[in-house]
Amino acid sequence: MREAYLDNSATTRCFPEVVELMNKIYLEEYGNPSSMHHKGVEAEKHITEAKKTLAQILKVKEKNLIFTSCGTESDNIAIIGGALANMRRGRHLVTSMIEHPAVTESMKYLESQGFEVTYLPVDENGIVSPDLVEGAVRDDTILVSIMHTNNEIGAVEPIREIGKRINAKNPSAVFHVDAVQGFGKAQIYPKKWGVDMLSVSGHKIHAPKGVGLLYIADGIKVKNLIYGGGQQGGMRSGTENVAGIAAMGLAAKMLYQDFDASIDRLYGLREKFLDEIDDIPDLRVNGPAGRKCAPHIISLTVPGVRAEVLLHALEEKGVYVSSGSACATNRPHTSATLEAIRLPRAYLDNTIRISLSEMTAEEDMQQAAAALHELIPFLRKYTRQ
Amino acid sequence: MKYQSFLIKYAEIGIKGKNRHIFEEALVRQIKHALKPCEGNFAVHRTYGRVFVECQSEYDYSEVTEALSRVFGISGICPIVETPVVPIEELRKAAADFMKEEYPDQKATFKVHARRLNKEYPVDSMSVNEELGEAVLMACPNLTVDVHKPEIMLHVEIREKIYIYSTIIPGPGGLPVGVGGKAMLLLSGGIDSPVAGYMIAKRGVKLDAVYFNAPPYTSERALQKVVDLASQVAAYTGPIWLHNINFTEIQLYIYEKCPHDELTIIMRRFMMRIAEKLARQSECLGLITGESIGQVASQTLTALGVTNEVCTLPVFRPLIGFDKEEIVKVSKKIGTFETSILPYEDCCTIFVAKHPVTKPRLDIIKRHEKNLDEKIDEMVERAIATDEIMIVSKDETRIVKERDGELQV
Repeated sequence: MREAYLDNSATTRCFPEVVELMNKIYLEEYGNPSSMHHKGVEAEKHITEAKKTLAQILKVKEKNLIFTSCGTESDNIAIIGGALANMRRGRHLVTSMIEHPAVTESMKYLESQGFEVTYLPVDENGIVSPDLVEGAVRDDTILVSIMHTNNEIGAVEPIREIGKRINAKNPSAVFHVDAVQGFGKAQIYPKKWGVDMLSVSGHKIHAPKGVGLLYIADGIKVKNLIYGGGQQGGMRSGTENVAGIAAMGLAAKMLYQDFDASIDRLYGLREKFLDEIDDIPDLRVNGPAGRKCAPHIISLTVPGVRAEVLLHALEEKGVYVSSGSACATNRPHTSATLEAIRLPRAYLDNTIRISLSEMTAEEDMQQAAAALHELIPFLRKYTRQ
Repeated sequence: MKYQSFLIKYAEIGIKGKNRHIFEEALVRQIKHALKPCEGNFAVHRTYGRVFVECQSEYDYSEVTEALSRVFGISGICPIVETPVVPIEELRKAAADFMKEEYPDQKATFKVHARRLNKEYPVDSMSVNEELGEAVLMACPNLTVDVHKPEIMLHVEIREKIYIYSTIIPGPGGLPVGVGGKAMLLLSGGIDSPVAGYMIAKRGVKLDAVYFNAPPYTSERALQKVVDLASQVAAYTGPIWLHNINFTEIQLYIYEKCPHDELTIIMRRFMMRIAEKLARQSECLGLITGESIGQVASQTLTALGVTNEVCTLPVFRPLIGFDKEEIVKVSKKIGTFETSILPYEDCCTIFVAKHPVTKPRLDIIKRHEKNLDEKIDEMVERAIATDEIMIVSKDETRIVKERDGELQV
């Protein structure tokens, strides 16, 4: 059976070129970048090069980038490390109700340590209002964390405007952005936008699992959470994941070539797919319409069909999607994002996420649309009564 | 302390009359099987109503005692120090050394319990007791004698060798697996069925198991959960043949043709029918379920009667009089609880009605089953043909028949 992998917001397939590069590093240029000899220098070059590429894409300085093990780690360092380093100035943080658990759980930890956190609501499309952010920021606010692109419904937040408002209200408040879903799908310029910290993950952009990136602007105080050999300026001790880092650099470089054309292509696939399933009755597409939504995420509510059942039925047809957000599988949970956009309660369990990537072909989308046409009427016949 | 061997106690097998050797041989077989994955060389032999595990090399004490404490039929495991048959002076020293090493500086009461089975030994049991008691008292100033309620019982058995021990690690009891034939367990992902399987296996019965899965309504992870449960039970019972039956088609057909409040009961009747067919094919002598009276609508006495009606093989329900709490307790003891509570939907719950019948009438159920006449027989055949068979043991799972494939053992 043909495989249509449409769960790219959970993780992506590696670019073959990326695997080739990693293969070379694992088998030939496998040195420890901290070693004095040639093998070490060779390995270090890969890190330098990846850093250069990523710095160019983000339009920031190389020295402001540190590599981590994943997006979650980047978020943890930014939020917990940021709060710990700035707690003398205040103990208040601001975030939204639709953040990834890597952010909300870090916030909850801080709350347990005596910090105060304001969780901002979003509108029915999942957009955080800059006005509300401005209103929430106080003199004792030390950190604001708002995601770039929501992982469940694809809402793209007005980061630039939010950055401006925070700066106007309290210039010393640190602004962190979780760009795990946005990076590779949008042009993101943290320095220009007044973003002080930005998290990125490798495996969402066709690099392997196990590597992440954190941008920390000049002058931003962050307490390191890991202690050891003092690598990466002491911010993140531990021997660098050379192959993973090089992979993330190369994958990013490939994604940002002909960037506008590939984003246009993804929007095209998205629109065409939505047209094709338009005749299935009672469907609901969540999140903003058109270009206000990320090009790669389609949140689809199918009343009368349990998401998990639809997911497994699609799987039997070779189509892989997710129900809710894949990072929280194994636990039947109600999605905080879907609740925050006030999706009717009965639909919370009826929502799947179809997510695309650079590697998604038109046939994948056609296969998914055909499967939905066939399955939805069938599954709607059998419901719990 | 270095123990050279383990004395295995078995209460119940001892009383089985002329069949005793069958039970003992089965016990020896099960012990050998349980020790196979353990590091070291062991010899298992039986003499005069005793089974000994002789450790012929270095071994890991906790690994071996854990393995042995999962063998049904064993009531106690005694780690032993052995000496050749030596004169009483030397035996005095051996007993004193044993106690000194076993209970250094511990304040406690003790008693010596000697048995002289080798009548050629010149000192009788009573005198051995006295001699050794005195020797231990002199060697261990913290120990005192209490002949009525001693905290430590020092056992000394004089046979072809002399065996000294004072610890009895409890075994699970029951009878060795295999002496009681084989039965088919209806295994769901819940808390009850693994416990039911464990309890029947404990009576010496070998287990096969059947799981009904219903893709896309149940997931691959739900199947994995059942495999995991089977492997946890297999740690006690030895390898389990697990049959994985695709039940979706039948379930949807019942949904279409029968009243919703009777769905679960009719579904269970078909599960029992299929389980019984599989049981007969694999020479099982009965079915095992985790049902307990009144736990859910399909487990009222009336409902159980209606379900039972489709079977001619006996259906064993070892949990029938258990409260949930009691079942959970066993489930925690045998290590299946944590897996059982993972939240994957199983096929019994997917279409469950809000108010299922609690007092189904057999004649009405049968009448409604008539609605299924057109296709149900072929569906049952097809379901049985989907049988995927895995041999699940404690440490590995091996597929011996793929869906629609041939059996390959």
